[in-house]
Amino acid sequence: MSDATEDLAAFRADIAAWISANCPAPLLGRPMDENAIVWGGRKWTFTDDNQRLWLERAVARGLTAPRWPVEYGGAALSRAQEKIYREEMERLGAPPPLESFGLWMLGPALLEFGNAEQKAEHLPKITRGEIRWCQGYSEPGAGSDLANVQTRAEDMGDHWLVNGQKIWTSYADRADWIFALVRTDRDAPKHKGISFLLMDMETPGITTRPIRLISGKSPFCETFFDNVKVPKTNLVGELNRGWDIAKYLLTHEREMIGGGARGLLGGRSVSQILASQEGDVMADPVLRAEAMQLEVDALAFGLTMERYKDQAEAGRGVGNASAMLKYYGTELNKRRYELLMATAGSEGVEWDGTQGGLAPEWLRTKANSIEGGTTEVMLDIIAKRVLEMPNQ
Amino acid sequence: MNDMTQSLLDTEDEVMLRDAARGFLTDASPVSGLRANRDAGRAHDPALWAEMAQMGWTGVLVPEAAGGADMGHRAAGILAEEMGRTLAASPFLSTAVIAASVLRDAGPRAHGALQAIAAGEATYALALDEGPKFAPAATAMQAERQGNAFRLSGAKAFVADGTTAARILVLARTSGAAGDADGLTLFDIDAARAGLDRQALSTIDSRDHARLVFDAVEATGDDIIGDLDNGLAALRPGLQAGQAALAAELTGLAGGAAAITLGYLKDRRQFDRTIGSFQALQHRAAHLWSEIEVTASAIANAGRRLDATPADASLAVSLAKARAAQTAKLAVSEAVQMHGGIGMTDAHDIGFFMKRARVGAEWLGDYGHHAAIIAAARGF
Ligand SMILES: Cc1cc2nc3c(=O)[nH]c(=O)nc-3n(C[C@H](O)[C@H](O)[C@H](O)COP(=O)(O)OP(=O)(O)OC[C@H]3O[C@@H](n4cnc5c(N)ncnc54)[C@H](O)[C@@H]3O)c2cc1C
Repeated sequence: MSDATEDLAAFRADIAAWISANCPAPLLGRPMDENAIVWGGRKWTFTDDNQRLWLERAVARGLTAPRWPVEYGGAALSRAQEKIYREEMERLGAPPPLESFGLWMLGPALLEFGNAEQKAEHLPKITRGEIRWCQGYSEPGAGSDLANVQTRAEDMGDHWLVNGQKIWTSYADRADWIFALVRTDRDAPKHKGISFLLMDMETPGITTRPIRLISGKSPFCETFFDNVKVPKTNLVGELNRGWDIAKYLLTHEREMIGGGARGLLGGRSVSQILASQEGDVMADPVLRAEAMQLEVDALAFGLTMERYKDQAEAGRGVGNASAMLKYYGTELNKRRYELLMATAGSEGVEWDGTQGGLAPEWLRTKANSIEGGTTEVMLDIIAKRVLEMPNQ
Repeated sequence: MNDMTQSLLDTEDEVMLRDAARGFLTDASPVSGLRANRDAGRAHDPALWAEMAQMGWTGVLVPEAAGGADMGHRAAGILAEEMGRTLAASPFLSTAVIAASVLRDAGPRAHGALQAIAAGEATYALALDEGPKFAPAATAMQAERQGNAFRLSGAKAFVADGTTAARILVLARTSGAAGDADGLTLFDIDAARAGLDRQALSTIDSRDHARLVFDAVEATGDDIIGDLDNGLAALRPGLQAGQAALAAELTGLAGGAAAITLGYLKDRRQFDRTIGSFQALQHRAAHLWSEIEVTASAIANAGRRLDATPADASLAVSLAKARAAQTAKLAVSEAVQMHGGIGMTDAHDIGFFMKRARVGAEWLGDYGHHAAIIAAARGF
C-alpha cells in the first residue's frame, strides 16, 4: 500500500467521522425532495434548525466548496479527497449543506476570469451561502442561439446603463445578484460584442415576473432591466470578451446538470423509490427490463463522470466533451423518472398522494434536456467540435 | 486495500502500450488480413500469433516467474480493444486471457503450462457451453470416475478456437445433475487425446469455432484444475477475465466501425454536399460517439477492478460486458445504415464488424445474462 493510498484511507476515516459527528441526525437519509435543498441567500429561511446548523458547520470546515481555495471559504481538497468526501456523504445519507448557482457556475468562472477584488468580494459570500445568484443568459430571441443576446449595457463614463429583458431566469425572484450576458458593442460580430456583468438585484430598475411551469411551480422568471445603473467594476474579464466566460461557465453548468446535481434533477434513486412502493413492481417483466437497462446505463455513466473529472484533474481538460455529459446525463434522468412514474402507477399521478412530489419532479425533468443548452445543441457540439463533421 | 480513487485514465505505460498495439495491428493485422484468411479458409494465423508472443502479449497475464510480462487485466483489455478495432483474429482471449487466468491460480503444477502460454507455444480453448446460450451450471457432460481416472463423454456446442487449440479446458460433471452449480470439475487435457472429435463450425465471423464431441476421453486426477466437484470456482477467474477482455474487444470493434463510418460521412457526397453535413446524420454519429465513451469507462473500470480486487469484480465485469454488447450492436447497425448500399456488400469491410459483434455479444454471456447479475447486485 502506497503512502498516498494510506493518506486517503486516513482522510476517509476522518471525513466520515466528521460527517457523523456534525450532520444533525434528523437530516441523515432523508429523501432529497425540493424542500430539503438549502439554496441560501438574503431572503432564505431554513425549514428547520438542523439545516442551519449543518450549513454553519460545513461552512466552518470549508465543505460547501470542497475544492476551492481556503482563502475564499473552500477546503482546498484534492480531486481524490473530494471524491471520497462525496462518497462518504452519500454512504452516510448526509444531504449537501448548500447548493447554488454560485457554487456550480459563477464561482468557477470567477476563479478563472475574475480579478482579485471580485474574487475576494463574491466568493466567500457564495461559500457561506449569504448571497444567492441567478443566471441571466437567455432572452426571448436568444435561446439556443445564445450569442444573439440584445440586452445592452452602455458605457456612461462612471457606470454601465443596462436596458433589456431576460427570460427563463431560474429563481430570479429569490436571488440577490445576477450574472448576465449583455451587449456592449452592437457593431461587432455577435460573439464579439458581449460582456459578462454582475448586478445586485436590488438595484433600481430591475424587476422580475414569475412564469408558471407545467409542474405547477414558478421557479423561473422574466427579468426586466430599465435604465439600471451598474458600477464599472462589476464587469468580469475583458470588455467584449464575455462570450469566452459564458462558454467556460456553460461547460461547468453542463457537467453539473449531466451529473445530476440534486437541486436540479431531483435526488431519488430507482432503488429508493422502489423500496417506497407497495407490492413487487419488479414482477412486471417489462418494467424490470427497463429498470435493468437504466441501472446498466446509469452505472456506466457514473464511471464516465469520474473518468472525465480525472481527465480534467490531469490538466487535459474535458472541453467540448462536457456536451456529452449533459446530453447523456439528462436523457438518462428523464428515463429514470419515466420509470418511476410507471412503477408508481395511479399513485404517481396525484399531486398530493402517497407519492406526492413525484409528479412535479417528473415534469421538472423534462426541462433537463432544454436548460443549459438543448439535447440537439449538445449533439451539434459533439458532431462539429469533437467529431469535426462539416458544416451545412 | 480497495482504493476507490484509482483513476480510470490510461497511465503513461498504458498509453504507450495502446499506441504500440495500434501501430502493430494496423500494419500486421488489418481487416484485409481477416478477409484474406477467410478467403483462404484459414481460421487461425500462426504467424500473427508468433508475433504477438514475441511482443509479450501472450504473457500479458502470466507471472514473470513463468516468463510472462504480468501486465494485468487493464493492459489485457487495452490489447483486446486494439484487436477489436482491426478485427485481429487470434486465440488471445482463449489462451492469453482465459487459460492464463485459470492456470495462474492452479498452483505450481501449472508452471510449465503458463511458460508455454507466455512463449506462444501452447494455445488453449475453453469447452463450456452445451447449448446455444452461456450457462456454465447447465453443464451435463459426464466425467465418469473409474478408479484413478475419468472418462469424459458428451458434446460441447460452441468452442472458440476449438479446432486449432493444442489444449482444452473442459468443464464436466463429476456429481449432481445439470443445473447444479456444484458437482462440476475442470480438466486441462491435450486436444489430441483419443475419443475427442473436433468438428469445425463455419461461423459468420470467419473465426475458429468448433463443436467438440467427447467419446469416453480419458483424463486423470492430474488433469484436474482446482478441486474435484468445484470446477466453477476454478473457472471463475478465467471467465471474468475473458468477459472483461471480450467486452474490451467489442468496444474497440465499436470504435473501429464508428471511425470507418465517420470517414465515410466526411467523404461521400449527395445533393451536392458531403453527407456528414446533414444534421440528422451528425446527431446519430454524435449519439454513437457518446455511447462508446460511456462504455469505454465501464471497460477501464472492469480492468482496474480485476487488477485491484478480483474477488469483488463481478459487478464491474458484468457491467462492461452488458454495455459492450449493446454498444457494439449499435455501432455496427448505424455503420451499415449510414454507408447505404455499399455497406451491404461483401467487398466493404464494415460487414465483418457486424458479424464479429454478433458472435461477441453471445460468447461468455449475452446482455440479458449480465444485466441480470447487475440487477441482483443492485437489489432487484
Ligand atoms: C427549467 C429551465 C430553467 C432555465 N433556467 C435558465 C436560467 O436560469 N438562466 C437562463 O439564462 N436560461 C435558463 N433557461 C433557458 C434555457 O437555457 C433555454 O430554454 C434553452 O437554451 C433553449 O432555448 P429556447 O427555449 O429559446 O429554445 P429554442 O432555442 O427556440 O429551441 C426550440 C427547439 O429547437 C431546437 N433547435 C434550436 N436550434 C437548433 C439547431 N441549430 N439545430 C437543431 N435543433 C435546434 C432546440 O433543440 C429545441 O428543441 C432555463 C430553461 C428551463 C427549461
